[in-house]
Amino acid sequence: MSENGKGTVAAKPRVATTSLAGCFGCHMSILDIDERILDLVEIIDFDKSPINDFKVFQEQCVVGLIEGGCCNEENVHVLRDFRKKCDILVSVGDCATMGGIPALRNTIPLEECLREAYVDGPTVHNPSGEIPVDEDIPLLLNKVFPAHEVVKIDYYLPGCPPSADALWAALSALLSDEPVELPYSLIKYD
Amino acid sequence: MNDEIIFFIDGVQVTGRPGQTIIEAADEAGVYIPRLCHYPGIEAWGSCRVCTVAANGRPCSACTQPITTGLVVENDTETLREYRKSIIEMLFVEGNHFCMFCEKSGDCELQALAYRMGITAPRYPYLWPEREVDASHPDVIIDRNRCILCARCVRVSRDVDGKAVFQFVERGPEKKLTVNAEARLKDTDLDVTDEALDVCPVGALLKKRVGYAVPVGERMYDQEPIGSDIESNTDAAPAAATEVEA
Ligand code: SF4
Ligand code: FES
Repeated sequence: MSENGKGTVAAKPRVATTSLAGCFGCHMSILDIDERILDLVEIIDFDKSPINDFKVFQEQCVVGLIEGGCCNEENVHVLRDFRKKCDILVSVGDCATMGGIPALRNTIPLEECLREAYVDGPTVHNPSGEIPVDEDIPLLLNKVFPAHEVVKIDYYLPGCPPSADALWAALSALLSDEPVELPYSLIKYD
Repeated sequence: MNDEIIFFIDGVQVTGRPGQTIIEAADEAGVYIPRLCHYPGIEAWGSCRVCTVAANGRPCSACTQPITTGLVVENDTETLREYRKSIIEMLFVEGNHFCMFCEKSGDCELQALAYRMGITAPRYPYLWPEREVDASHPDVIIDRNRCILCARCVRVSRDVDGKAVFQFVERGPEKKLTVNAEARLKDTDLDVTDEALDVCPVGALLKKRVGYAVPVGERMYDQEPIGSDIESNTDAAPAAATEVEA
């Protein structure tokens, strides 16, 4: 980017985020860093993320934040793409680290879950009794998997959601090449 | 007659009494040894192995091993910390522990140990076992998804409440907590005032209609790690206070 021999403009590190089988609560927690988000956008650029609504990766990213585990084939696809496009992948929240609420179905056979949701449930109105199948609907996985059971994950931030302070502590450490060390008060599973 | 036993934990001299186990003497001296199945005042069990220490070089459970004069105990070493951490991680993947909605969260000893050890995610794959919930009793619920088979309730119901409401059946991965009745918890003589209900380290035995009473931030382990009470034990034997940084 050096123009007129005036030196180079240092490119800002890029951060991508995604919500897989999650509830967007972790993304709310990212926004919960409040005015620190202004400091954040000074030092980083968001790449693919629901925060700026970029649907595809623009460039290679330094950090990728993963909310949610994998409950369907599209989640797996996106997660693998994040692994390729991000140098460091962070599992954010209990769904990414252990499956979370979606993983409550893991002790129930998939067929039974679908029958309950679309046929037998007390509030279901579905006269045809059909369970939706369409090539546009991502295929459900047999179980919900935490992110690290699908790709390699470099750091974990548990919590439902992790607090804004935990996210901030981890992000600032990663962006300044410091070791990520969370104090007792920032490791919480609830 | 000598009613003092002098031994060493991580190089620090500790004074105990005859008949004490390592964990009992350590507690009195203000040295915390992580534990799960151990509960003060009831029969030692020795099943969870979280309290594993090396006594004269041999691994053993501190909650069952009696102290002897001159015993050299290693407690807070890299190797032992790693053993204990892997046990806690195994317990997390081997049950279904959903901390985000558990009534016991913040007061749970399993969770608190994981916090203290700085565990952010277990290294083992989740097993998602099928476990039964028994909500038949009007005042009490058993959620076996969270049971870590510590046998605290088994011992306290038998020896303190004098009822023997709980017991284990099966072995290995099939081992589970069951109740002393033809069918379910409501068919036992368990009463909501039984002491057995107050000793479960996790959220497997819960009283109904009392959950979530304490706000987040004020629960047992929200601020201070588990074991802090023992470590701040000011009645610590004088010798223990002479600890020097290694
Ligand atoms: S119900 Fe609680 S006290 Fe009883 S064995 Fe299970 S974890 Fe231990
Ligand atoms: S606390 Fe000693 S074996 Fe469980």
